[in-house]
Amino acid sequence: MSGSEIADAQIVAEDLVKRFGSFVAVDHVNFRIGRGEVMGFLGPNGAGKSTIIRILCGLLRPSAGRVLVAGIDVARDPERVRERIGYMSQKFSLYRDLSVEENLRFFGGIYRVPRDELPQRIQFAIDMAGLAGREKALVATLAGGWQQRLALGCAVLHRPPILFLDEPTSGVEPTSRRRFWHLIHTLAADGVSVLVSTHYMDEAEYCHRAALINQGRIIAIGSPNELKRTTLGGELLLLECEALGPTLAALQQAPGVIDASVFGNAIHVLVRDAERSLTELPAYLAERALRPSRIERIHPSLEDVFVQLIAADAAERRRAA
Amino acid sequence: MRWRRLKAIAVKEVLQIWRDPRSLMIALLLPFTQMFLFGYGINLDLKHIPICTFDREGSQASQDLLKHFQASLYFAIAHNVKAYPELVAAIDRGDCRAGIVVPPDFSERLNDAGTASVQAILDGTDDNTANIAWGYASAVVSGYSNDIQVSALDRQGRTLQQFQPLAVQSRVWFNEDLESRNFIIPGLVAVIMALVGAQLTALTISREWERGTMELLVSTPVTSGEVMVGKLIPYLVLGWLDAAFCLIIAALWFEVPFRGALATLFLTTTVYLAVVLSIGYLFSVLIRSQIGASQIALVVTLLPAMLLSGYVFPIDQMPPFVQDITYLIYSRYYVTIIKAIFLKGAGIAELSTPILFLVVYALAVVALAARAFRKRLE
Repeated sequence: MSGSEIADAQIVAEDLVKRFGSFVAVDHVNFRIGRGEVMGFLGPNGAGKSTIIRILCGLLRPSAGRVLVAGIDVARDPERVRERIGYMSQKFSLYRDLSVEENLRFFGGIYRVPRDELPQRIQFAIDMAGLAGREKALVATLAGGWQQRLALGCAVLHRPPILFLDEPTSGVEPTSRRRFWHLIHTLAADGVSVLVSTHYMDEAEYCHRAALINQGRIIAIGSPNELKRTTLGGELLLLECEALGPTLAALQQAPGVIDASVFGNAIHVLVRDAERSLTELPAYLAERALRPSRIERIHPSLEDVFVQLIAADAAERRRAA
Repeated sequence: MRWRRLKAIAVKEVLQIWRDPRSLMIALLLPFTQMFLFGYGINLDLKHIPICTFDREGSQASQDLLKHFQASLYFAIAHNVKAYPELVAAIDRGDCRAGIVVPPDFSERLNDAGTASVQAILDGTDDNTANIAWGYASAVVSGYSNDIQVSALDRQGRTLQQFQPLAVQSRVWFNEDLESRNFIIPGLVAVIMALVGAQLTALTISREWERGTMELLVSTPVTSGEVMVGKLIPYLVLGWLDAAFCLIIAALWFEVPFRGALATLFLTTTVYLAVVLSIGYLFSVLIRSQIGASQIALVVTLLPAMLLSGYVFPIDQMPPFVQDITYLIYSRYYVTIIKAIFLKGAGIAELSTPILFLVVYALAVVALAARAFRKRLE
């Protein structure tokens, strides 16, 4: 599951550890990302996603373990790695007091894009970001979605085979987000390996594989379908009712129920056998004077999977401690 | 060191300077205002020292003496008082720096004994002015005494010269009129360049940290040397402009005589700029906030340059251990150099020692600044 079967790995992390003082930000992380693969890093804020990406870019030095990017050891030769990667940091980091075109020219110069190629590369980036007609606009005056697409444009200007995108869609409106993911898939289709982090759980569906990161550890990794099939360990019911609290408490004690958790104004119930619980649970609740208005089987979203996994991880950590 | 990357960094820096009014203000307005502020504000020539006179006799002779004070360029009579308490009050208020008191028996003693004394009361709170006023007052009195002697000898048909076996014929070199302005202004250029140069570059790296652009810059293959050189080039050009600006004001507006070669001036100024710009850059690297870096650079560059560079306060008058400290003050070398170029017309050969010190200083600071900037976030 860690992806060790991937032959043509562009990004490799082996037993990666990063400590800040006594705080362990990254705790023995292993993964491989193949050519043309889109890998999603998911997890709550502070889980260690950005720290891993910064280590891969050579911005932070690992405390232990090894990272290879494009086959090069990042700790040994960061500059050679940097020529082969594009990076979009979590915090917007283009020059706001420069225009769209000036930013692109700057990065074109820094990455030494051949002079005769530069005009067409800049044009490509401008078209990709949908910024035609705004070449002379100062970046500070652009809306968030445009800024993010320009940042992606600057990151791919030198055609890097590897892209690190740290929460590229945060704070971007939904239509822009979809467009952004379309761009990522276009790049991946050309063979670019993409590591993208996000805290929008639904975006994991766009990734070839996703890794769920919690408190510095990868607690699950696989394709969206694999994750749904294997990690949940049961089937999912949706239950709507008036008295959320008492119903939740009752469900957690009910036979055949593995777990129950509130999801918006409904309850998601993880059961061993959906068919059986669909007939048994209404009676069980009725005995306790609880009457759900609706109960039905649903197909789990990745969000269900992650909520389940993070809860399980927390329980395991408590046991270990 | 790749030319493409240097150029990209330099062009970006120019665009940012152009769009940031703060940088431009420092670069253009600060040297201009400082030149005039300090150029006029600091003047060591004491003229028109305000004094009080108290003529207790009111005779022809006493009035003649006081007229000599009035005629002197160095004194201005603020009050003629009639009693001691008035004189004391005038000095207390600061209306005058000295009081000249002619005793009631002045002409009587002059005629009878052939000698009389005059009292000078000096305000010692400003000992420098008091000392100088004392010197000038003695000169005025001895001038008057001379007049009396000459007229007395005249009546006897003799002349004074026969009684003067020795006389000093002095001739001042380099600053013939002993104008303190000629001594101060060239050094002032050094002080202003130290201040402005460091202020310009103090913002350049800290700005990238503060605005978050450093994270992306560090992730690119640009080297720390390319960042430094690329960023310093535009500021060197600005520094040349500023220096030219200050030197033109010094030579044309303040009319400080310029006797040296422009090539010597350009060469030494460039080395000096390398030092001051790298100092600012160093603080910018070490302190990742614009305000912090700019304030530290202000304190660290301005005060030593003002006090210990020898631009106003002569280094050889300082206590020995302070003199040792001044060797660390890079402005001191440039002050020596620029004064010598301006007033003595000195060339590179005569100035080889301070130039050597300055070059070594420049190399050390540039190396330090280059090493200080690490392409990491930690």
